[in-house]
Amino acid sequence: MILELTLNGKKVSAEVPEDMVLLDFCRSQGCHSVKRGCETSNCGLCTVWLDETPVLSCNVPAFRAAGRRVTTLEGLRKEAEEFGGYLADEGGEQCGFCNPGFIMNVLALERELSADASDEEILAFLSGNLCRCTGYVSQLRAIRRWMKRGESE
Amino acid sequence: MLNFRKLACPETIEEAWKLNQVRTNCVLGGTGWLKMGDRPWNTAIDLSRLGLDTIEETEEEFRIGAMVTLRQLEQHKGLNAYTERAVYDSVKHIVGTQFRNCATVGGTFWSRFGFSDVLTCFLVLDASVVLAHAGTVPLAEFASGTYPNEILTHVVVKKTALQVVYDSFRNSDTDLPVVTVAVARTEEGYRAAVGARPARAELVTAETEAELKKHVQGLIYGSNTRASGEYRAALADTLTGRCLGRLEGDEQK
Repeated sequence: MILELTLNGKKVSAEVPEDMVLLDFCRSQGCHSVKRGCETSNCGLCTVWLDETPVLSCNVPAFRAAGRRVTTLEGLRKEAEEFGGYLADEGGEQCGFCNPGFIMNVLALERELSADASDEEILAFLSGNLCRCTGYVSQLRAIRRWMKRGESE
Repeated sequence: MLNFRKLACPETIEEAWKLNQVRTNCVLGGTGWLKMGDRPWNTAIDLSRLGLDTIEETEEEFRIGAMVTLRQLEQHKGLNAYTERAVYDSVKHIVGTQFRNCATVGGTFWSRFGFSDVLTCFLVLDASVVLAHAGTVPLAEFASGTYPNEILTHVVVKKTALQVVYDSFRNSDTDLPVVTVAVARTEEGYRAAVGARPARAELVTAETEAELKKHVQGLIYGSNTRASGEYRAALADTLTGRCLGRLEGDEQK
């Protein structure tokens, strides 16, 4: 089938197998930040946005993205770099394997929650992103500082 | 992994139903569970074009389309006001935000998973499912029955006078539950649904709290890698007590 969609702001058209998942489609288009982690829909590593909504691309048949906007970390480079700086400052970036999916979901979180969101709300939003290095404490500090950056800087 | 040869995107429910009469075809929900298998399917039937992705609220009921996501359930103000956030409580532990943006009501209810939080919660509501040919079936009847080759189009929740609370126990957050309990207080008495026993959720009713707890203990509890049946029975008793306490405004009961 021919799949047409907007990937990181650019119109893309490609012939794909009908049972291809969005993760494989993104990678076939050079978006290698989208990684295959658990394959059981648990780790959050393959997170992309489908029309601004964070989804697990390993879980979405590619055809369901037809005519829609798909955003990967490659399309949010400036924001991702900015938040990545906060993450590094707080020691929240260790092996780095979970970062692409984690950052995608943090950027989605910022659009949905207010800067005054509680730790509980933040952790609930990010519960689908697994990290085996940090224990989440340093990441939470980075998110707190980043969400309040307009107030202190 | 997803493995199908052809894709069909029917424009009507009847068309979808006809396609689903072939045993080697399958209906796509959120595909989270389907992709865990390796069975090759002939035609995958996608319901995305049938307008089943909304929650309609009227004075009498909520009408929830099969393609509504669990995240929509979690965020729906009307549904959570009516259930005093019991629906929110029943989905908040399910994996994560991104997963709940994919998983659908149709896929969840049709599969009647033994571990389903959502089925447990909705069983104590006045809920029914709408099937393409069998019509409207009470949820409790649907949960224990078989409806081969049907298409689930909606879940309907009647706004009757009841109070409902939901609780679950997990070995770790976002894991599958060890046991799930929902309790509702109605004008006639009490209802409780217990799921993840690890069988499909089952509904019991009683006129008094003591009788309800006795019926909950009368359910069959099985063992698996998460917990023993004995442990599950003890947890179900505790969670039922907590739910009854919350209904009375006493968290510690």
